[in-house]
Amino acid sequence: MSEAAVSVWQLRWRRLRRDWPALAGAGVLVALYLACRAAPWLEDWLGVSGVETDLLSRFEPADGQHWLGSDEAGRDELCRLLRGGQVSLSIGFMAALGSSLVGTVIGACAGYFRGKVDMVLMRFTDFVLALPGLPVLIILAAIDLTKLGFSQDFVRSGDAGYWRIVAIVTLLGWTTVARLVRAATLALAEREFVLAARAQGASAWRVLWVHVLPNAISPVIVATTLRMGGVLLTESALSFLGVGIQPPATSWGSMLTNAQELIATAPLLAIYPGALVLVSVIAINFFGDGLQSAFDPRSDPG
Amino acid sequence: MTAPLLHAADLKVTLGPPGAGVAVIAGLDFSLEAGRTLGVVGESGCGKSMTALAIMGLLPRPHAVGGALRFNGTDVLTLPAEGHRRLRGAQMAMIFQEPMTALNPVVTVGRQIAEMLEVHRATPPDQAARQAVALLERVGIADAGRRATAFPHQLSGGMRQRVMIAMAIACKPALLIADEPTTALDVSVQAQILDLLLELQRDEGMAMVFISHNLGVVSEMADDILVMYSGRAVEYGPAQAVLRAPRHPYTAGLIATLPDIGRRQAVLPVIPGNVVNPRRRPAGCAFAGRCAQAGADCAAAVPMLTPVAAGHAAACLRVRPAA
Repeated sequence: MSEAAVSVWQLRWRRLRRDWPALAGAGVLVALYLACRAAPWLEDWLGVSGVETDLLSRFEPADGQHWLGSDEAGRDELCRLLRGGQVSLSIGFMAALGSSLVGTVIGACAGYFRGKVDMVLMRFTDFVLALPGLPVLIILAAIDLTKLGFSQDFVRSGDAGYWRIVAIVTLLGWTTVARLVRAATLALAEREFVLAARAQGASAWRVLWVHVLPNAISPVIVATTLRMGGVLLTESALSFLGVGIQPPATSWGSMLTNAQELIATAPLLAIYPGALVLVSVIAINFFGDGLQSAFDPRSDPG
Repeated sequence: MTAPLLHAADLKVTLGPPGAGVAVIAGLDFSLEAGRTLGVVGESGCGKSMTALAIMGLLPRPHAVGGALRFNGTDVLTLPAEGHRRLRGAQMAMIFQEPMTALNPVVTVGRQIAEMLEVHRATPPDQAARQAVALLERVGIADAGRRATAFPHQLSGGMRQRVMIAMAIACKPALLIADEPTTALDVSVQAQILDLLLELQRDEGMAMVFISHNLGVVSEMADDILVMYSGRAVEYGPAQAVLRAPRHPYTAGLIATLPDIGRRQAVLPVIPGNVVNPRRRPAGCAFAGRCAQAGADCAAAVPMLTPVAAGHAAACLRVRPAA
């Protein structure tokens, strides 16, 4: 054993490192995220704002101050895009993560405990899967949060719209991961090391946590990544329909809504946010595909 | 006389849903004193591994059990699941046939051993890690400190089995069940593992249930031998007596199939036929269909295990009971 100990994770990293579309996808995402984070500094530096309206400088063309021009309320388009991106990307990340957590718990319980637990959980999964997505999203988005016991202040703040979308997408989006994890758990539970772990007196909880889930995590990571792209699109759709992020907060989806009426006069206002959604989703999918092949034990070991 | 560590009385195991179950163990009696080794021998499908899983409380669900199986005086068949779990790993441990698949591929072997101590002894993690390295040394792994950080796929089959053994003995169990522990290993490694098991048993005073289809291996390990056929014991007695003077035709057949290095044989003897399907077990002796000495009377009733000498019993109508 002359070579240093190489874990499966190191092998996966070696495979991923040679997959240039995946790396490019990851690079684009990181760059986009950092640019979005930098929005306040950019505003200070250029002396513009993506939030404050300025009715004297509506529909400015692109120039040295407004790099991408200004929108119908005189806000700087570039800074507004970046601020919208903060919201869109973080919703995508949070909701994909939330879906995966819920799906993992449900799938692992169904796959490990089997029998009635499995039946109940999987029929519930089928039920959620059978719900028509968009109409349910719209209905859920119309729920009056104050009736659920949230304070007026919270409901009026921009946070409410953000967390509402995260929660809604999580509630409807966990089914894929639940099925993936259930299938992986069923297969792993038959493996001898799980029997061996039980023979060593490990509790059901420990068997699941230490022995089953770490071995089932690869498809979950891939599904989470790919799901992020889907969430970005859902968020755009919801905001476009006016039930997502509410002004003055913004996201790429809600910028598209605003641009809708102006498509004839200022088409660029629709093209910019649309293009950013497109680029992010493509980048996410490239990265997800790269992860998938890096995690596949059949692909060439580094 | 002290009570044996492990005692089975008319142990029965039926796998499958009620009404449609298969009796994989159809009444089994044996006992094992602390510090001794019981060898369980038989062909595939005779119920050896199910006996082990019944002791460990890991029978596949759904199942039904009957009779009694006492470990340290407690009937483990009626023990609640949580109580049985506490025994596993701490009081009774098991090593498996396939060291390739019996270790978690994504956890380092040192962690897997340390986990045993953390679960059963509540040992703090840093101390458990040190003890894991000591255990790896104990089972004869050189450079244990570095090997503890290795993942299972980086170790050879023999080393992996040593790791399994280290995990099994981590909490100094009173009983070690070894289910075909050397079958998947090559012959020279086999001998090393058997020596290691004997040495550990001598030092720790563990009792051992040693399961194998290989009588040659069992003869080196066991004090007593239990020969199983189709879910029942067909012969049970001290290892020397069973090997030198087998009474049951099945045992005699198994011994005859062992290759003899002193004789050149063109064709090794075999026992014709296969083990009967437990779903279609005949009313009489299950071995009758393959037995050269079988007669019409063999199909009438299941022969009882009858004493043939001191501590030695066989279940065959053709053996003369001891006077």
